[in-house]
Amino acid sequence: MLWYTGRRVLQMIPVFFGATFLIYFMVFSLPGDPIAALYGDRQPSAAVIEQVRAQYNLDKPFIVQYFLYITNFFQGDLGTTYSGRAVSDVMASAFPITFRLAMLALVFEAFAGVIVGLVAGLRKGKLFDASALVVSLLLISVPTFVLGFVFRLVFGVQLGWFRTTVSGDAPIGELIMPALVLASVSFAYIVRLTRASVADNLNADFVRTATAKGLSRRRVVTVHVLRNSLVPVVTFLGVDLGSLMVGAIVTEGIFNINGVGGTVFKAITLGESTTVVSFIAVMVVIFVLANLLVDLLYAALDPRIRYAK
Amino acid sequence: MPSKRGQAHFVAELEDTPVAPLDRLDESQKARSTWADAWDSMRRRPMFWISSILILIIAVVAMFPTLFTQVDPTSCFLKFSNGLPEAGHPFGFNRQGCDVFSRTIHGTQASVTVGLLATALVTLIGVVIGSLAGYYGGWLDAFVSRIGDIFFAIPTVLGAIVLMSVLPAATPTSVAFVLSIFAWPQIARIMRGAVLSATNSDYVMASTALGVSKFRILLRHVIPNAIAPVIVIATVSLGTFIVAEATLSFLGVGLPTSVMSWGNDIGQAQTSLVTSPQVLLYPAAALSITVLAFLMLGDILRDALDPKARALR
Repeated sequence: MLWYTGRRVLQMIPVFFGATFLIYFMVFSLPGDPIAALYGDRQPSAAVIEQVRAQYNLDKPFIVQYFLYITNFFQGDLGTTYSGRAVSDVMASAFPITFRLAMLALVFEAFAGVIVGLVAGLRKGKLFDASALVVSLLLISVPTFVLGFVFRLVFGVQLGWFRTTVSGDAPIGELIMPALVLASVSFAYIVRLTRASVADNLNADFVRTATAKGLSRRRVVTVHVLRNSLVPVVTFLGVDLGSLMVGAIVTEGIFNINGVGGTVFKAITLGESTTVVSFIAVMVVIFVLANLLVDLLYAALDPRIRYAK
Repeated sequence: MPSKRGQAHFVAELEDTPVAPLDRLDESQKARSTWADAWDSMRRRPMFWISSILILIIAVVAMFPTLFTQVDPTSCFLKFSNGLPEAGHPFGFNRQGCDVFSRTIHGTQASVTVGLLATALVTLIGVVIGSLAGYYGGWLDAFVSRIGDIFFAIPTVLGAIVLMSVLPAATPTSVAFVLSIFAWPQIARIMRGAVLSATNSDYVMASTALGVSKFRILLRHVIPNAIAPVIVIATVSLGTFIVAEATLSFLGVGLPTSVMSWGNDIGQAQTSLVTSPQVLLYPAAALSITVLAFLMLGDILRDALDPKARALR
């Protein structure tokens, strides 16, 4: 296990540098002058341009620019937003809110998704299974922002069950509705994944053995079927973090939450591309780290992975 | 009988060899391919016909929008702003007083173009890279897989937001290109796995023994036998690309508002959501039905092409 962990951590290093390099490359060496974009219609004098270029290290060779950026990144200097606040400051105040929202969504999608998927898989072909499949397909095909609008309109405005905009410090109670919206697509995927994997495992030899040695149905299902069906779900949760991040941008934008996603949403609307890049670079780093964690968890859940190579 | 190297060696009569029964096989009845089997199982499912007909209709709407509406989607009159449905305008009007039905019909093209083009690109890149990596292995595989890991580490829509926010004026083509830049590793990984398992099969060894060139084996035997899972994923991802385009347009980094698309119309509908929700409803429903059709088709293809799933049913 230790060897496996070490190998995975080593493999992550080039991925981390590659991914941040890619994002940096996209923003700073594609056609279009970032300085011109910074100033919009009023073009500054040549001296100012020189000064700003030096400030952002744009006068140095590209590869040097990147390494300066990465060094600053690790020192916690992520640049400033257009209003002059440090990105790391904004991150520090916005992150806890997004973390709460994401955790609520994650708990909901994992628990509800696994339970619904388990019941559907156990009753494959029955009414519950069919309706779970239809509902999950519908949830996947409706974009998160449409669902957000509809929830806001129906439960917020028409029924008045919750406030349509979340207040500044975002208490848990006000986050429930946005979390449900955020979780919806992943919930549907987890239902489908659990269902398929439960139905698959029900025919596995180890389940027949467990039944044959006289275990109760409850024990067979909870211990043998469910535990083995959770392996693909755990892997999915890692990959899913990426869609959760995109979902957070949309959901926090719609419900006016001052989290990381809401900040990115506002920055995109205002055209602050440097802010967008800094935030998304941080998100990508979190995504890479979370996937490493999931990989290790996966190996702990399924011994075949550890010894395979 | 002299062989290629010029040595004489013994060659048994065909009747005395283990391949004799093969030679006597009745070849008039062709072996049933995976695809023929899949077709047989698909055509019995009503969902297959429902989703295929839906996709056909959507394709016709995308290609010939004027067959379905004569109303000009760009002639808007503010006096109709958020107007309710009336004769000739079955879905009512949006905030700018444009006909919602006509805009929904004309918006089909942009969304479907992005979905189709992105899927085609991703499949092409993924199949080429994945099969080369899986088939030739070695340093090529290691190099390509690490590159894939890097792109895979950036969630598709997040990467697209960054790239789209620095690129000037987007078109459906550029949106499709941007989405496929970040989405190809998924297909490449699946293709690589499928090619790896196909390469170890008996028919590849048989072709090698018959002296077929390595590249020809890849084209004629390995890829056709490994492509099934890719087709399933490609069908499903067509739907997710349409959602991704709408999300980008909604965020304001996708297609410019001058391009008619469902994502733009849904994004604009939010300003008058409380007073006239119907403006949001129709483009959203059109988008969801399109995505749903491709998801259902993907599901059915998966069931039909996966022998394991077939055995379970």
